[in-house]
Amino acid sequence: MTIFSRRLKETGKEMCFEAVRAALDEAGLELKDIDTVVCGTAPDAFDGIHMKGENLLDGCGGSKKTYMRVFTGGGTGVLAPIAGWWHVASGVSDVCLVVCEEKMSSCFPHPQSAFGHIWDPILDRPLRPNLVWIFAMEMNRYMHVHNISKEDIALVSVKNKKNALDHPSAQLAANITVDDVLNSEVMAWPVQRLDISPPSDGAAALILVAEDKVSSITDNPVWVEGVGWCIDSTMWTNRDLYFPQYVAKAAKMAYRMAGIHNPFKEIDVAEPYDPFDYKELHHMEGLLLCKKGEAARLTREGVTERDGDLPTCPSGGLLGVGNPIAATMGIKAGEIYWQLAGKAGKRQVPDARTGVCQAWGDLMQYGSVMVMRS
Amino acid sequence: MEKYPGKPLSSKEMEEVTHEKWDPAVKYAWSCGEAMSRFLNELKKGKLVGRKCHKCRRVIFPPKMFCETCFRPTDEWVYLPDTGTVMTYSVSYLDMDANRIEEPILVGVIAIDGASENMGIMHYFEEMKPEDLTFGLKVKAVWKPEKERTGAVTDIKYFKPLEGSK
Repeated sequence: MTIFSRRLKETGKEMCFEAVRAALDEAGLELKDIDTVVCGTAPDAFDGIHMKGENLLDGCGGSKKTYMRVFTGGGTGVLAPIAGWWHVASGVSDVCLVVCEEKMSSCFPHPQSAFGHIWDPILDRPLRPNLVWIFAMEMNRYMHVHNISKEDIALVSVKNKKNALDHPSAQLAANITVDDVLNSEVMAWPVQRLDISPPSDGAAALILVAEDKVSSITDNPVWVEGVGWCIDSTMWTNRDLYFPQYVAKAAKMAYRMAGIHNPFKEIDVAEPYDPFDYKELHHMEGLLLCKKGEAARLTREGVTERDGDLPTCPSGGLLGVGNPIAATMGIKAGEIYWQLAGKAGKRQVPDARTGVCQAWGDLMQYGSVMVMRS
Repeated sequence: MEKYPGKPLSSKEMEEVTHEKWDPAVKYAWSCGEAMSRFLNELKKGKLVGRKCHKCRRVIFPPKMFCETCFRPTDEWVYLPDTGTVMTYSVSYLDMDANRIEEPILVGVIAIDGASENMGIMHYFEEMKPEDLTFGLKVKAVWKPEKERTGAVTDIKYFKPLEGSK
């Protein structure tokens, strides 16, 4: 993966090239060894280029190959490797390259103006909403239903930004305190500046190989054991926001495939989607890693630290490494791969054999989940 | 944010590459369809309207011509009161373009009375202090004067506390 940064000088294609080259080098492969390419990249409005998947083609190494783009907003970071898995598991492809890219800085002065295009044009847009509003409303509802404090939620931001100090791509790694979070600028209450991940530029790539072809490439493979995805209605005002049922459905689908019956006991490392600190807790519950309303307690007790029973976002997550929407694949599916392969370096958690990663997106409605084993 | 590390490339660094600019002049006119056209026309008259599904008996608001759970056409128009309950809310110091604003916008989801559970819309709150905005608060719509209404969700100016609810 590339570094994640507020702005990168490279074009989207150049970022893709950099990420793909790094993935090929790590796998000891060349582009000629790749037979299919999946590209994941989120709203065209950020880049201002429609058919962005086609625009990125050359940098993805997809030219004159079997190529497709997938896109489910923030959910793309795990949906793209799932789409890669479709290619391999169906027998269509022996070696599938998955590339994810986002360049949010092209839209200026702030990509938030492009987020405005997501809203329902009749019901929401005339109210001139900011996307942070809906997350603030979801966070507030979650805090209210389970009586969770801002202090407990801030612990997630503290942990993830600290974990990111060990990630070479990190944009917002830092040693901060709960007080720093609670004293940071209020954006849309209860969301404050340090509760939120930044807009970023970045790209990431990974390679999926068919079971009968893997031995010629590596002695140390990580297996995709379960995949799941689910979407709820765009009418986000027509559901109780305290629990992401669509994430739970996606997780159940993936766990069933992987033969996992007790996720908390059987999962050794988790990378839930954390664009906001409360989302890590919300998604731990959605991923059935704990009971509803219990994720804050686990965090407070240190269970989700790298040396805890359930290391969560050991990469540093979106909060610490950055949030180039689709390219967060590098710190979700990518991080679980590195952790299970024992290649996570300073970020390595002990004895990780089974991991789960998850992404979340569209209008607070989409969940994608992947379970891997070494 | 200077006290935090990371790699925010400076504007000087960004000047090392050339930038091409584009200011798109793209305009849209969305067809509102049957349910939303009626909904917007009723707003102009100062009324809220939903659709009832006779199979699951839900009153769907905002209205839809089909029930997405029973997957069949909805059956009947029903008028709803312009009161409801605050399901969640935010106090925002950001506008649509992420600019900071001095006076916060109070915004939230209001579940409309008479509609089925969790049938809400997003809207503003006024005539209250941020600290008075709470979960479960009963609120009532404040409408624009009839002549100023255009058939838009903004025909409701905002929701205020329902008198006697506190």
